[in-house]
Amino acid sequence: MKTSRRDFIANAGAAAAARHDLAHAQEPEQEHDHSVVPSDPALRVKSLESLLVEKGLVDPAALDALVDTYQHKIGPRNGAQVVARAWVDPAFRKRLLANGTAAIAEFGFGGWGGDYLVVLENTPKIHNLIVCTLCSCYPWAVLGLPPVWYKSAAYRSRAVIDPRGVLREFGLELPEDVEIRVHDSTAELRYLVLPERPPGSEKLKEEELAALVTRDAMIGVAKVTLTKPEGRP
Amino acid sequence: MNGVHDMGGMQDMGPVQRENDEPVFHAPWEGRVFALAQALLAWRKWNIDAMRYEQEIIPPAEYLRMSYYERWLAYVTGLLVKRDLVTRAEIESGRPEAGSPKATPPVTAETVPQMLAQGKSVDRDVPVAARFKMGQRVRGRNIHPTGHTRLPRYARGKLGTVERDHGVFVFPDTNAHFLGEKPQHLYSVRFSARELWGQQAASGDAVYVNLWDDHLEPA
Repeated sequence: MKTSRRDFIANAGAAAAARHDLAHAQEPEQEHDHSVVPSDPALRVKSLESLLVEKGLVDPAALDALVDTYQHKIGPRNGAQVVARAWVDPAFRKRLLANGTAAIAEFGFGGWGGDYLVVLENTPKIHNLIVCTLCSCYPWAVLGLPPVWYKSAAYRSRAVIDPRGVLREFGLELPEDVEIRVHDSTAELRYLVLPERPPGSEKLKEEELAALVTRDAMIGVAKVTLTKPEGRP
Repeated sequence: MNGVHDMGGMQDMGPVQRENDEPVFHAPWEGRVFALAQALLAWRKWNIDAMRYEQEIIPPAEYLRMSYYERWLAYVTGLLVKRDLVTRAEIESGRPEAGSPKATPPVTAETVPQMLAQGKSVDRDVPVAARFKMGQRVRGRNIHPTGHTRLPRYARGKLGTVERDHGVFVFPDTNAHFLGEKPQHLYSVRFSARELWGQQAASGDAVYVNLWDDHLEPA
């Protein structure tokens, strides 16, 4: 089976893909011209979709709805609402830490990519960090789909062996006496980090607090600050 | 399988590269292949564990070279053929074979919200005794299955502590191969960073791994 599979994907547009990845690697912070995305996978996906539609295996309108849902409806703003609520409502925070799935369901979030949600609380002495070393498990229901870096070999390989080095690359230097807990998502449990409420935010309302919470903070690679960094959802 | 997908602890994969204002999909085809993968699950011809395994068997050099959604395209295509929803000839031609029946899609635009709200239940309400207790010292088994496993290499043979019992869940290592759900207890096991990586790790740091009964032995 493997030999035939190898033949099967031999024309995977590898060279073009390599160019694409190289472009990413060299200009991580720059605006990309995504018209240079290799046409080969685009053509193969188009051909596959039309085959599956013709065979009645998928409904193209269902695909549109799925793309629209993850592009526009489900994203880190979901998780940010949960975090802000936990900061202002001690009873909710307690429920959230005891049973993430049930407490987050109060917002109507859950299901696909969040059937079993576990919330990990960061404190001045404990810092939680989420990774999936084996694939790309991520709490879709509260954070949307993961960024490319989360799925990259660089992050998957190093988060467990060198979390402090990885955090340093994100600009977060943690003192030695802070315990780092890396959570490898090897099952269907999905983790959400409850970051520390930033000092100086005491007077902010729940909505204002939610606006400060970044995706990176809910993965555990950043802290929440009073000024939200640019370009970070 | 001791494949390249089992990356925890590997080195020299380069720095973590972030992108500002990153789009959800970098090209329309990525969104389409993502959506295809979700919609096709409704046929119940495979499961999430089989999906993961189908990516793991991508030859290692290609696995590393391919972009994320190219791997998705490879696994979706592979499962469609293996599970007899389409033929290889149909994939290659892009056309249904003459006389092949036309199916009715199980998911429509109207039922997508319901499908997403329902989720994918993998806990099982069956009476299975837990082999380990909270706080118990355990060891990741020194096993090297050639198929799918959720026991990462870095945790094998290592001493840890059961921090939490999450209840009974489907066992991916058999489910991925359509060999049954083999429901059993799933735990969070805490491994100290020094147990895993030696003295180079900070003394208080730890890695938590979700492992099933069959991945563990008493220490």
